[in-house]
Amino acid sequence: MTDQSAYNFAYLDEQTKRMIRRAILKGVAIPGYQVPFASREMPMPYGWGTGGVQVTAACLVPEDRLKVIDQGADDTTNAVSIRRFFQRTAGVAVTEATEEATVIQTRHRIPETPLTEGQILVYQVPIPEPLRFLEPRETETRKMHELEDYGLMHVKLYEDISRHGQIATAYDYPVKVEGRYVMDPSPIPKFDNPKLVGNAAIQLFGAGREQRIYALPPYSEAISLDFEDYPFAASKADHACDLCAAPDSYLDEVITDDQGSRMFVCSDTDFCASRRKAGHVGPMGTPMAGG
Amino acid sequence: MDTSIWAKMKTQPLLSVRDLSKFYGGRIGCADVNFDLFPGEVLGIVGESGSGKSTLLSCLAGHLAPDRGEVIFATTEGPRDTVLMAEAARRRLARTDWAYVHQNPRDGLRMGVSAGGNVGERLMAVGARHYGQIREAAVDWLGRVEIAADRVDDRPNAFSGGMQQRLQIARNLVTGPRLVFMDEPTGGLDVSVQARLLDLLRGLVREMGLSAIIVTHDLAVVRLLADRLMVMKGGYVVEQGLTDQVLDDPQHEYTQLLVSSVLQV
Repeated sequence: MTDQSAYNFAYLDEQTKRMIRRAILKGVAIPGYQVPFASREMPMPYGWGTGGVQVTAACLVPEDRLKVIDQGADDTTNAVSIRRFFQRTAGVAVTEATEEATVIQTRHRIPETPLTEGQILVYQVPIPEPLRFLEPRETETRKMHELEDYGLMHVKLYEDISRHGQIATAYDYPVKVEGRYVMDPSPIPKFDNPKLVGNAAIQLFGAGREQRIYALPPYSEAISLDFEDYPFAASKADHACDLCAAPDSYLDEVITDDQGSRMFVCSDTDFCASRRKAGHVGPMGTPMAGG
Repeated sequence: MDTSIWAKMKTQPLLSVRDLSKFYGGRIGCADVNFDLFPGEVLGIVGESGSGKSTLLSCLAGHLAPDRGEVIFATTEGPRDTVLMAEAARRRLARTDWAYVHQNPRDGLRMGVSAGGNVGERLMAVGARHYGQIREAAVDWLGRVEIAADRVDDRPNAFSGGMQQRLQIARNLVTGPRLVFMDEPTGGLDVSVQARLLDLLRGLVREMGLSAIIVTHDLAVVRLLADRLMVMKGGYVVEQGLTDQVLDDPQHEYTQLLVSSVLQV
């Protein structure tokens, strides 16, 4: 990018942003409903967060402070490149601290630190349709949403139990929003599903390739589907973080050598780092200088 | 007293069809079809290929919208015209009071879902949320259609054609429907399997007091199962009456042809 002045604020032109904002408003007004929108070509491949980027672009104002995470981490390729994209095209301030951010674009995680009112959490969604793998026809899935014909969702969970003895769906776990639409919460681990519920932040979901936007307004209800005798359980690795000793955060398992040694670390890097700064040290961690 | 209530119930048709017509552009799908179906009654529809019997069945089951006419079903809230019904209400009927057995089990089953999941789908669609009970019902119904309980977690594509058809029947009957639509339920099965399936169907229809509409071109099927028979040709009903009466004393020339075309072994 040479001539920055050739680009509008946050890359997209104002008419496009206006169109996306309309879709977002409709999504917020009908929680869980997938609003079609005219997704634009973005300067990144589909699957890298084109939907999330467009929603973020439509939400950003120059005063915003942006945080981008990928699987909870601030420093992976996807997070770094999207963050730099908006630094260049919007010139907004960026941060890694969850509580300082006003807009957080995320792939596959909800930050461990509770969000607050006024924050916007933007999800990158690959496949917005929760019924897709059960019913391939788009006309039929739309009809099923329209008629609240959601028996099929439980067939999926039934199959899980009959095959694995438990509900083996560990991510992408379907939720019923405000007693109406069944929604795909993007591939967040089911550990994060309880954080969808009653969250103070606005949660927006953007699927670029599939051209859908949907939303959870603040303090929405989102019930994870389950059976009476196999209730929903938010699961995580049965371990504490090896770096910051957090017992209750979602963990990544990292193989550390060819002998199969492994360690468990928080997937939320900002959460882990701030705990270590506060003096928490896990079995394999070293104390960090206090900040 | 009891008998009078029973008699009164019997006199209320479960399904009454008035002047039902469906056109494909200028061609006739089916035209001016009239009949009443009473509770516990099995109606057979026979006719050659292209005579409009499948079109008629699709119109009755709500898969096709007829161009003219009424299909009045005795719902639990009284008689309703299913043609004018909202789609949501019609679908609710389709998964509670109605059942539809396709000719090809692949159309009626979810091939990627286990037998238990297939049977349980309708239960879950009407709100069953207890895995243990759903599974119990599934195993019970597999037993009733003579599928071993240890096949409950197998997918239908591991089943033989006859088993798939029986599974489809179990999947449809699990919610205790009152009206079953069957489109050539024995088509594509070999004769010994057909015979067992017919036996099974006859048992289930009698035992559950089901009403059924069976479309077929196999006269043996209607002879065994149907109380009444409707003969269609070129989209029109050319003859209807009691099964034995129509088959033993056919009046219309086409029916005579049909009956005489059956090979006697």
